[in-house]
Amino acid sequence: MSRLKDKFAALKKEGRAAFVPFITAGDPDMDTSFSILQQLPAAGADIIELGMPFTDPMADGPAVQASSVRALKSGASMVKVLKMVEKFRKADKATPIVLMGYYNPIHAYGTARFAKDVAHAGVDGLIVVDLPIEEDEVLRVPAQAHGVDLIRFVTPTTDEARLKRIVADASGYLYYVSVAGVTGTKSVPEEEVRAALARVRAATTLPCTVGFGIRSPEQAAAIARMADGVVVGSAIVGQVADNLAHGKDRIVAEVLELTRTLAGSTHAARHGKVPA
Amino acid sequence: MNQIPNSLRSGPDGNGHFGAYGGRFVAETLMPLVLSLEQAYETAKKDPAFHAELADLLKHYVGRESPLYFAERLTAHLGGAKIYLKREDLNHTGAHKINNCLGQILLARRMGKTRIIAETGAGQHGVATATVAARFGLPCTVYMGDVDMERQKPNVFRMRLLGAEVKGVSSGSRTLKDATNEALRDWVANVEDTFYIIGSVVGPHPYPALVRDFQTVIGNETRAQMLDREKRLPDLVVACVGGGSNAAGMFHPFLDDTGVEIHGVEAAGDGVDTPRHAATISKGTPGVLHGARSYLLQDGDGQIIEAHSISAGLDYPGIGPEHSWLKDIGRVKYHSITDQEALDAFMLLSKLEGIIPALEPAHAIAHVAKIAGQMDKDQLIAVCLSGRGDKDIFSVAAALGEKL
Repeated sequence: MSRLKDKFAALKKEGRAAFVPFITAGDPDMDTSFSILQQLPAAGADIIELGMPFTDPMADGPAVQASSVRALKSGASMVKVLKMVEKFRKADKATPIVLMGYYNPIHAYGTARFAKDVAHAGVDGLIVVDLPIEEDEVLRVPAQAHGVDLIRFVTPTTDEARLKRIVADASGYLYYVSVAGVTGTKSVPEEEVRAALARVRAATTLPCTVGFGIRSPEQAAAIARMADGVVVGSAIVGQVADNLAHGKDRIVAEVLELTRTLAGSTHAARHGKVPA
Repeated sequence: MNQIPNSLRSGPDGNGHFGAYGGRFVAETLMPLVLSLEQAYETAKKDPAFHAELADLLKHYVGRESPLYFAERLTAHLGGAKIYLKREDLNHTGAHKINNCLGQILLARRMGKTRIIAETGAGQHGVATATVAARFGLPCTVYMGDVDMERQKPNVFRMRLLGAEVKGVSSGSRTLKDATNEALRDWVANVEDTFYIIGSVVGPHPYPALVRDFQTVIGNETRAQMLDREKRLPDLVVACVGGGSNAAGMFHPFLDDTGVEIHGVEAAGDGVDTPRHAATISKGTPGVLHGARSYLLQDGDGQIIEAHSISAGLDYPGIGPEHSWLKDIGRVKYHSITDQEALDAFMLLSKLEGIIPALEPAHAIAHVAKIAGQMDKDQLIAVCLSGRGDKDIFSVAAALGEKL
């Protein structure tokens, strides 16, 4: 069993959705972001999406773009990101970590070497925004061979035929992008997500998390009632931006506080009941 | 593309690959759009009505064909090969960009799209897009880096006159790369109604093939005009390369003519051995940006390095995937020209021929100025003069230390 499988199995038993915060590794510096990462599970994170910074994050809105810029300015690199996961994994053997980012830094690192090194560091999954199913074999095959899942996207523009192709080689879980757009700019349309999840469930037994456009505890709860996981990114990295002037301790505290709030609301949403 | 055996003109393959380059590296949300564009283009290519309408617009709206002009005084000055200029600067809107924009807006209309977006560097593609959007009555938003808006003010004003909304981009290097990121963000957020008119042979498949095809009119005309004037093909074909659209259109019809040497000219900025250049092929390595695998300016960690060129249209850290392939197989030789050499050529052509070139093709002219004198007098060079230089007079004046 993989950590992701274990986690989703445990959540299913508990009858609750996963809370999945996104932070960018190295934002605003490696030390602060490691502090955040380390404390996220205790604050209620079930799975952690850890952003690999990139100069040109073209599917992200202003908040995540800015977090990437901060991380790169502070000297973040792929090697440092992997070291950070390795350090985290020494103390936490259970919380899955999924690296999220763009393909070029992985391409530069070398896909085979990357697959091997992420597995060694204790990474459980990869989300690569600009690697659609037509192009993902080059990374998916070596990653899966090392026991690392390549998480695929389903979006509002995915039709039935394409959905079938997406789920065919998918592993780990699916990531439903709730809105056509970049991260953090539109609000999650709950009814459309409900319909989309029904389509996804008809096509696969893989768990499905939902992200893009979830900021508030109310939105998190609404999505938690229907999805297997709730991803929040922009609102969380926004806490880093908002507290930059106040120093490391305050940044860590505010990010964790928002995580606790959103995780609490995600976890309480179903009142212990598994949705039909 | 029609598969022609033993031809260099048959790419890309069905997945948009030119050798190891190209592909469709876009967010999943965009994939269905990219696939439907490919389908629409394949259908349009087979439709004589599509070609007829495009040909009619190119003739009566753009003013094609553009002349192939024998630059007699430049030739005499350099003292070698006969130099012909393909006068894309005489097109409506002053550059080759309109050829592609007309093709794409006809596709947009076929696909039922009601809103146009574009990115622009020098502003030539933005102006051409705003022009065709006005002509077809569609609302248009153009993304342009703040730095480029400053150095290409006349084109910003032109786009606004044409009814387009020009949105400044303040992220990253605030130039073409960042404008492209922002256009992609707009597209992914407006997938239902929006058509993204990409201005160069870059982006996910089918854009590199489609833009090249729409620009191939440049090379087709040049080839026929040269045969008509000189009864033979040129010995050397030259074009500047940023993303590489005028070069792709100029080169493509000559790729299978083994006697024709082909040179692409990149922007060397302050020099290829300085950090400030845009010589993607000369100094870059393969990577993935803006939807395709191609040569890129990047560091060892895969982070994109900001390009620099005095010419906003060449100030881009990537290049079209077909150029990367043509480089690797050795069919096209890529050279580079510094800002200063381009400025010198800008002034040389202005004074000798009464033609003020855009700073982009001034790079191609500068390269010709370096080598024409070493060629025989009966040899022929065809250079793509991709645009006129009116837009650049402020940048040039600033570089010369003059105030306008």
